[in-house]
Amino acid sequence: MTRKTRRLWIVIACLACVGSAAALTLRAFSSNIVFFMAPSQVKASPPSPDRTIRLGGMVMAGSLHRINENGTPVNAFQVTDGQAAVEVHYTGILPDLFREGQSVVALGTVQKDGGFTASEVLAKHDETYMPKEVADELKRTGKWDPRFGKAPDASSWDTMTAKKAGG
Amino acid sequence: MFGPEQGHFALALACVLALVQFAVPLWGANRRDARLVGLAPYLAVSQLLALGYSFLCLVMCAVSDDFSVQNVAANSAVSKPLLYKITGVWGNHEGSVLLWTLILAVCGGAVSLFGRNLPDILRGRVLAILGGVSAGFQMFCLLTSDPFERVFPAPMDGQGMNPLLQDPGLAFHPPILYTGYVGFAVPFAFAVAALIEGRVDAAWGRWVRPWAVAAWCFLTCGIALGSWWSYYVLGWGGYWFWDPVENASLIPWLTGTALVHSAIVVEKREGLKIWTVLLAIATFSFSLSGTFLVRSGILNSVHAFANDPARGVFILALLAIVIGGSLALFAWRAPSLTSTGLFSPVSREGSLVLNNILLCSICAVVVTGTMYPPFMQLLAGRTISVGKPFFDAATIPLTLPLLLAMGVGTALPWKRAQLARTFSHLYVAAGIAAIGLALCFWKLSGILPIACGALAIWVIAASVSDVLRRIGIGHTSAQGVWERMKNLPRSSWGAALAHIGAGITILGLCGMSQAKHAIVEVHIGETRSLAGDDWTLLDVHDYIGPNYKAMQADIAIRHNGKLVTILHPEKRDFTTQSQTTTEVAIHTNFITDLYGVVGDRHGTGKDATYVLRLHRNPLAPWMWLGGLVMAIGGAFSLSDRRMRIGAPKRAAARNMARA
Repeated sequence: MTRKTRRLWIVIACLACVGSAAALTLRAFSSNIVFFMAPSQVKASPPSPDRTIRLGGMVMAGSLHRINENGTPVNAFQVTDGQAAVEVHYTGILPDLFREGQSVVALGTVQKDGGFTASEVLAKHDETYMPKEVADELKRTGKWDPRFGKAPDASSWDTMTAKKAGG
Repeated sequence: MFGPEQGHFALALACVLALVQFAVPLWGANRRDARLVGLAPYLAVSQLLALGYSFLCLVMCAVSDDFSVQNVAANSAVSKPLLYKITGVWGNHEGSVLLWTLILAVCGGAVSLFGRNLPDILRGRVLAILGGVSAGFQMFCLLTSDPFERVFPAPMDGQGMNPLLQDPGLAFHPPILYTGYVGFAVPFAFAVAALIEGRVDAAWGRWVRPWAVAAWCFLTCGIALGSWWSYYVLGWGGYWFWDPVENASLIPWLTGTALVHSAIVVEKREGLKIWTVLLAIATFSFSLSGTFLVRSGILNSVHAFANDPARGVFILALLAIVIGGSLALFAWRAPSLTSTGLFSPVSREGSLVLNNILLCSICAVVVTGTMYPPFMQLLAGRTISVGKPFFDAATIPLTLPLLLAMGVGTALPWKRAQLARTFSHLYVAAGIAAIGLALCFWKLSGILPIACGALAIWVIAASVSDVLRRIGIGHTSAQGVWERMKNLPRSSWGAALAHIGAGITILGLCGMSQAKHAIVEVHIGETRSLAGDDWTLLDVHDYIGPNYKAMQADIAIRHNGKLVTILHPEKRDFTTQSQTTTEVAIHTNFITDLYGVVGDRHGTGKDATYVLRLHRNPLAPWMWLGGLVMAIGGAFSLSDRRMRIGAPKRAAARNMARA
């Protein structure tokens, strides 16, 4: 075994491994990337039901209610970004930090009827925290300008739009 | 005596000492001035003392409830238990940076004390590099995140600590994990010193390996502890979420594991030198960027950067200097290092090369998955995320050949192996693995879990049979076996243990892939069944804890009518912080975990219903147990006498003769 053939072996092994790693990564990316969507985007262009997305927004105040499906508790609530609201169904125990009027990120799929079935609901850390995606969305839609203080209460967003539309 | 000003001064003093520790030995080594180089250990120890004093001051501030110190006021409170007052010191950004530099200084002190048999010039250079890194991060601490900053007027009480973090597991997780992260600074310093010197030989491999193994042990323990914490505290039934903070610890673990293996080739065969040096640099670079970019949230959220641009710019500049500088030095000097050992592809070296390639491929996948979302956000403005499905699909297929090679590798001889001969050693292990495969087909579902489970059994069987063969079971008398057992180097025992640990962890992961859970809403007295067990909600009662109100449920679990255990999960309501936490109840027999969580109460009186989450997690404890076994294996090979005496002294003598 000369130095050259050994080097050849190592190069071949490297190429094989790196190549398969790249192939696996690309394949996994194409089927497993999870896009973040705001409720208005979901309403505008609903993704196909087999595509997992992350839905982020504020839990609309007073929208949380529970449905009991054969002994399994299902939580239903509306998630809004101020433009539109999406009905979310989640089976399970809501996280300790879940509150109405606060931000939430739900992982799941959009159903054919436009509702959203969540497999995971994340609410984070404390009442002042807002997921970055939600904050960006609020700023993009003009609901909140950080220069003028705290984000408005989530329950008021839809009415803000309505007012603007009406007047 | 232990006030914040004294602490601040001691920190500044340590920073100056670290700067001197950086400059003087390097200059002295260049001029071949033994006196200047000989100063390095003294400087390292005095820097450690100053920094230790500074850290003690911060602990004393927290213990004595000195709320005039900003950091204590923001993170502590009078009512907090003493243990958490102490451990809370490193539960925040400023304190954790101080702890980080303290551990780095401890590494410097350890090199000074245990590295007496290193050649003086090499030790001086290693300590100088450590001093330089230390100085940079102490400056970061002093200039942008001063833990001793006073606040005026001082508040009457502190703001307290997140109750979720008040847990013994989390209290000791950061120091262990940080020791792992920072420990890789020593191999890094050795690599840079070797590049400056322009020479890497077997002795260098022998010196660098114990430090890499020690850091690897701590990192393994730290990761296992963190995973265990998220399992029993967060109450989601999960153990690993592939979030950036977790990946930040996994990435250096992967390259660190590769480093621990490739250093063997340097030591035994003087091969793979350039690669090992690059791995040492890469591992520490990943540790650094992991701790400071990902953990601090700078990369994840532009807000953290915008809130404190000084901090962000400083840390980026520091990372650029350390990582960029060492890589530039590598590019400049590495071509002067030449390998000598020749080997055939089928040999111990060949299998270690394969191990390195596979580990680095897995590492590349994890890095891509972690970095792609933030970069997409930055460049294309699209918010995406990748989670468990991505990482499972991309890493597990690469892990399979790694496990296969793990079993074969230890049985191969150095330089050149005869396949037929090697397989004659392995057929028993292969037979056990075949039985394992049948067992996996019976117990597990899904192709990947079955393959992983069978290969994990293969790894364990091959490691055990390798040790048995080496001590001559079946070939020699009992007396001979005893003799051979005593003579088998501890590093061989350690390697076998670490491989068995990896097998146990993989088996645990396979078991967890079959976990079952159910979310139910029940009245008191109702029974639900999950995977063969009957779970009955016996009673729910409220009680008042020290600083919380709690709702505790009693859940009886019966298997075929026989009572297995009664679980007592709780939901706690911390009124002052307006926060609730769930206390998971776990019953384990080390084969299966029964895991119960109590959720909300709905309705009142007799009609009240309770939401419960019930999990049945097969082999869950094995995941962390395997991590512990891996770390014990590493510690065992550290105690090998070869690591401490012998070759280093000979090489030192040779070095002296050359100088």
